[in-house]
Amino acid sequence: MNSPAMNSSTMNSSTMNSQAIGTVSVMPRGFSVNRADGRPQLPGSLHTNRKLGQWLSFDCPSIVRVFTGKAELGQGILTALRLIVADELDLALEAVKLESASTARGPDEAVTSGSLSIQDSGSALHHVCAEVRALAIAAVSLASGVPNERIIVENGFFLDRSNKEVIGDYWTALAGENLDREYMGTAIPKAVDQRRLLGSSSVPRLDLPDKVFGKLRFIHDLKFPDMIHARVVRPPRLTSELACDPAVIAAELPSSVQFVMDGRFMAIVGLFEHEVERAAARFSKEIQWTKGSSLPDLGDLASFLRTAPCEVSVPAQRSVDGTQDKGPEAWPDGGQRFAAEYLKPYLAHASIGLSCALAQWAGGRLEVWTHSQGIHNLRDDIMLALSQDDDAPKRDDIVIHHVEAAGCYGHNGADDVAFDAVLIARACPGKVVKLRWSRADELTHSPFGAAQLARLDARVDQQGQITHWQHSVWANGYSSRPGRATTPSLLAASERLRSTPLPLPVNPPLAMGGGADRNAVPGYALPNFRLVNHRLTVMPLRTSAMRALGAFLNVMAIESFMDEIALSLGQDRVDFRRRHLQDSRALAVIDLVLSRSAFWSDQSLPRGNGFGQGFGWARYKNSGAWCAAIARVEVTDHVRVTDIELAVDVGAVVDRDGVLNQIEGGAIQSVSWTIKEQVKFDSNELQCSDWNDYPILRMNEIPRVSVHLIDRPEQISLGAGEAAQGPVAAAVVNAVSEALGLRIRQLPLSPDNLLRAVHAAPSFASEAQQDD
Amino acid sequence: MIELKVNGRNCELDCEDSTPLLVMLRESLELSGPRFGCGQGECGACMVLIDGRAETSCNRPMGSVQGCHIETIEGLGTADKPHPVQTAFLAERAGQCGYCLSGVLTSAIGLLRANPTPSREQIIAALDPHLCRCGAYPRMIRAVERALTLLEQ
Repeated sequence: MNSPAMNSSTMNSSTMNSQAIGTVSVMPRGFSVNRADGRPQLPGSLHTNRKLGQWLSFDCPSIVRVFTGKAELGQGILTALRLIVADELDLALEAVKLESASTARGPDEAVTSGSLSIQDSGSALHHVCAEVRALAIAAVSLASGVPNERIIVENGFFLDRSNKEVIGDYWTALAGENLDREYMGTAIPKAVDQRRLLGSSSVPRLDLPDKVFGKLRFIHDLKFPDMIHARVVRPPRLTSELACDPAVIAAELPSSVQFVMDGRFMAIVGLFEHEVERAAARFSKEIQWTKGSSLPDLGDLASFLRTAPCEVSVPAQRSVDGTQDKGPEAWPDGGQRFAAEYLKPYLAHASIGLSCALAQWAGGRLEVWTHSQGIHNLRDDIMLALSQDDDAPKRDDIVIHHVEAAGCYGHNGADDVAFDAVLIARACPGKVVKLRWSRADELTHSPFGAAQLARLDARVDQQGQITHWQHSVWANGYSSRPGRATTPSLLAASERLRSTPLPLPVNPPLAMGGGADRNAVPGYALPNFRLVNHRLTVMPLRTSAMRALGAFLNVMAIESFMDEIALSLGQDRVDFRRRHLQDSRALAVIDLVLSRSAFWSDQSLPRGNGFGQGFGWARYKNSGAWCAAIARVEVTDHVRVTDIELAVDVGAVVDRDGVLNQIEGGAIQSVSWTIKEQVKFDSNELQCSDWNDYPILRMNEIPRVSVHLIDRPEQISLGAGEAAQGPVAAAVVNAVSEALGLRIRQLPLSPDNLLRAVHAAPSFASEAQQDD
Repeated sequence: MIELKVNGRNCELDCEDSTPLLVMLRESLELSGPRFGCGQGECGACMVLIDGRAETSCNRPMGSVQGCHIETIEGLGTADKPHPVQTAFLAERAGQCGYCLSGVLTSAIGLLRANPTPSREQIIAALDPHLCRCGAYPRMIRAVERALTLLEQ
């Protein structure tokens, strides 16, 4: 194996590779809220958004307006938050209205990511509602003379328990209260036995009716008077330069459209969308670009990752004797050694909808409508990107509204298209500019999920217990989200005449969930452990956060490796895991999925010779939800996943069906990533401009999916959006390996890769062989 | 001038033959149900019924729909008078982001009109032209099966 290029052994993996620019000072937000600010610790986002009125408003009769900084991405967060508010305040669901996030009003909750919305926004709302409820009860008590403890709340009305007489309601009770004051902690959320709605399965999804009846709901449906449409024409690659004079081509455009240009950033604008679309298509056909720097060899991504310039860090290690584990070379003699490498290609977000934004620049005020996951972060980055311009707007002059769009699975093109629209609106003062990317833009210009290599090493003692374990990761960082670096990460900022290079993606610290190293710390009780992260300092393809970040490959690698070791030792693969597990909630999901499975213990089902079953589990981020998965597959010249069964523990369930939906959907998306997906390219060109180039799982390819849910109402609630991806990938890879009788370590499990694995089987086997 | 019927109403649209049907539905007729996903008929987000058959509208030139009856999700059921397929999708919470849903529902309704008792395989075959990135496929199949029982009642 080639050794990685080690630039440094001490640099922190979250070091920003950039320097401050411009005249406006915008402090990078980093990855987490600074909670060590000397103030009393408050739950979730309440800590930094302490005023009750930031969260709730009773200014509309019979309606409670709820403000959240989290974005509806299709995950159903609005439905879950509505349940929390209705439950804490004892209101009808219909009386609770969730307002979309806006910088003009409501809490700043940074980014909707990391499966944290229930923890951040949900726990804040639990506490805010509890205090508001207590305030209202106190006011009703004062006005009516009925003592607090005799007041009960039903459907927003306050009743005297003794005679069931209505003595007030929230709206009149709070009319004299100033909610523009900080949370005091005078009341605590309901006890488990007082909850009415949480954990329920029968509540309707808030956003679904509009979608089922084809109503206006998405950003693509927004219309304004004076609106004009735009399309961008982009360089095919980050490093492509103009190879012609665009003005000559632009001169041939129809007079009904306007051409906007700033360096390599170009757009066509006009009144009628279809005219603009056609003009842009013609323009892109004629414009010439250089090819740009060469791309890695798609057929040997492992070598590229292993040899690319990188920054090395050791984000985690532990040893039984308190000394620093120096890695496999320094492990004690004796015992058996194991090593294997696992590879994941670049993946695309591939949302069904296209990135879209609207912007209006009028009288020094900039207003933006976006489906960004982090409107405040986006605002910071827009300020940064324009900071050297004469008309650089101040923070208070920029208002950003979140509007729903198609499914979002991480840092996609949403922020980029918003800044595109801002630049175009700047050239068309007063007009509302609506910009939508094309399918090709969506698939090639959104950041990708990074390619990643994981190498695992282990030492096993005479008793068959793992004594030493090392997990090494090679990948680009997993985040270049806006608002976190000292230079903007917005695509067009790198294309303008006054350009700044895109910051290299970084990894969130492991304590915040990690990035490429997310879930690289195994959930097993291993005495000696070391994690080595190689963060690439080159970025041939633009990468950033994609659902589950590094956890997808790391869990697949760890759970494959556990299978490999167990099989090599002749041990049952689940018993082998149990012997290394002390986490009771992990054991509970594992036991649940295995005992409920319709097929796992069915001895009559064929195993091997094209049929296989596999298992995998993880606790997401080592701090989130527990999930165990088993898969059943049939392998011919291609892989067919026939069944996935999962057990999940998300602590206290808020919206039961919401959890099931996230786990089912997460499992299906993971099967798609695992068996079908990879971004293709040759030495200079990306080859993923449509659904033929980048196929995803279709309805006729889906497995049966069943989910078993453990509700623990006494525990805190954990997010469900990213719990299933790693365990499902592991289960599928283990099942396919069993079906073929050889170990598969490279994703996707496409016919090409299967064939390659079959041909390479001897060398694969020898590499994985124990080495005493 | 192209004449056609949209959701039961006669329309005359002034456009070029090559203009895609979806553009006219969304821009001129202000229908938001059919959605743009790819422009190549590959994802199904823009599905409509053309004389009762489910077809993509993003790559369908206006010149080819002269005299046709186009039905979009808005014409197939409303919140006040939902089609049983819509009722079933809401009950099953059969969607996540829902961007693909108006197309999926249109295909499902088209299927049930042509075949009121489809098998599971026939349901899957009818919905297979639709891509769903959120992975809500199993719920969609369950929802169509639930709609079958609603239609029987």
